[in-house]
Amino acid sequence: MNKVVMDGEEIERSITRIAYEILEKNRGADALIVIGIRTGGVFLASRLRDKISAIEKREIPFGILDVTFYRDDVTKMDNKPKPGRTDIPFSIDGKKVVLVDDVLFTGRTIRAAMDALIDFGRPKMIQLAVLVDRGHRELPIWPDYTGLDLPSSLWENVKVHLFERTGKDQVVIEEEG
Amino acid sequence: MKLHSKDILGMKELTPGEILLILDTADSFAEVSTRDIKKVPTLRGKTIINLFYEASTRTRTSFELAAKRLSADSINISTSTSSVVKGETLIDTARTLEAMNPDIVVIRHSASGAPHLIARMVRHSVINGGDGFHEHPTQALLDMLTIRRRKGSLKGLEVAIIGDIAHSRVAHSNIHGLTRMGCRVTVCGPAPMIPRDVEQLGVSVTCNMEEAVRNRDVVMMLRIQFERHRASFPSIREYAKFYCLNEERLALANPGALVMHPGPINRGTEIAPDIADGMQSVILEQVTNGIAVRMALLYLLSGGSP
Repeated sequence: MNKVVMDGEEIERSITRIAYEILEKNRGADALIVIGIRTGGVFLASRLRDKISAIEKREIPFGILDVTFYRDDVTKMDNKPKPGRTDIPFSIDGKKVVLVDDVLFTGRTIRAAMDALIDFGRPKMIQLAVLVDRGHRELPIWPDYTGLDLPSSLWENVKVHLFERTGKDQVVIEEEG
Repeated sequence: MKLHSKDILGMKELTPGEILLILDTADSFAEVSTRDIKKVPTLRGKTIINLFYEASTRTRTSFELAAKRLSADSINISTSTSSVVKGETLIDTARTLEAMNPDIVVIRHSASGAPHLIARMVRHSVINGGDGFHEHPTQALLDMLTIRRRKGSLKGLEVAIIGDIAHSRVAHSNIHGLTRMGCRVTVCGPAPMIPRDVEQLGVSVTCNMEEAVRNRDVVMMLRIQFERHRASFPSIREYAKFYCLNEERLALANPGALVMHPGPINRGTEIAPDIADGMQSVILEQVTNGIAVRMALLYLLSGGSP
């Protein structure tokens, strides 16, 4: 049984709202950088960056971060996740970094992402934007910007489909089994 | 995605899917070496031993840097300063090291098959860092990564491998790997340096260098293995006259053909200095990519259940 919890329009409106919230909280886009976490956060981050750039009428730097090297479970796995390329072609020293992911769950990916970022430099601050917060945190991590708060049960799977990858914009809850 | 074996012993044992997995993984690891802080915590707490029974600068350094950039602990053992000089056998040395619980041991040995022998006896992973005339799989993988990054894909490329084919483990590993990935491979060298029945590995053979180079996308030169020619080498000058890659010969290759060499190079013997340092040479890229390939292998072999 799949249940659609966000359609294309709702996703679009969430991204627009988050873009304005980011600009409000940071009083503009000075020193702002948007970084998407592979793989789910990349297209969201790119849309968010485009939105902020359009509002501010200037290009906001955009990077891609792969956290595989920083995961706390890779050496225990037989089937290793295939690492993707990290692409942060600018200095993050003194910058305000907005990390973007699609679903916030245990918080372990975000922990890995923060460790990875700090190996790239010393950002002034790191903020977190997610499209869906489904709860069940295992680490003390909280988003600064949330599209949808979605209390979920552990046997459910929350999937974000984006046009760039699957041809449609949709957030669905899939029940296992 | 995983490799089917706990060890990397030769290109012969790897499937095209596994080669692709290693190259794709290495592509991502290459970025780490371009950072200011060239280190990620991925293999923290893992132990890697480099056991080298033969001289090596680049392979050993490359494995050591790969381990260090992944935060693993690496130890180098070169046999001239170890208990091997006190008469310990290879098997006893391997068992002793195993008792220290390493995760991966890289072995280079002058006897073909030495890493295979050890791999069967120990629980940890073994990577072949070059065994006799047999295989040098990590060199072939870094060569393939270098070609792929320059040419986009390996499929359908025309590759010439030129030099002392019979004594070259680099050639053997590349023949297995490149043919498996869809390259058309031609080997070339003086007749005594061409192994008998090498055609059965799916390569063309010629003793004429001009023919070997003409219309190739990649020209891979090999070092003359002086240390493996027990009887004195006939004549370096004569060899260079017929088989040195110079400007005129390289001009026969396709425009933009890559010039490769596993190093160390004998300038003026198998390759002219201006070609080794020229625009088409990717010799130093090979070295850089070697670290990425070895990081990928250490990553893919580490941990999980044995």
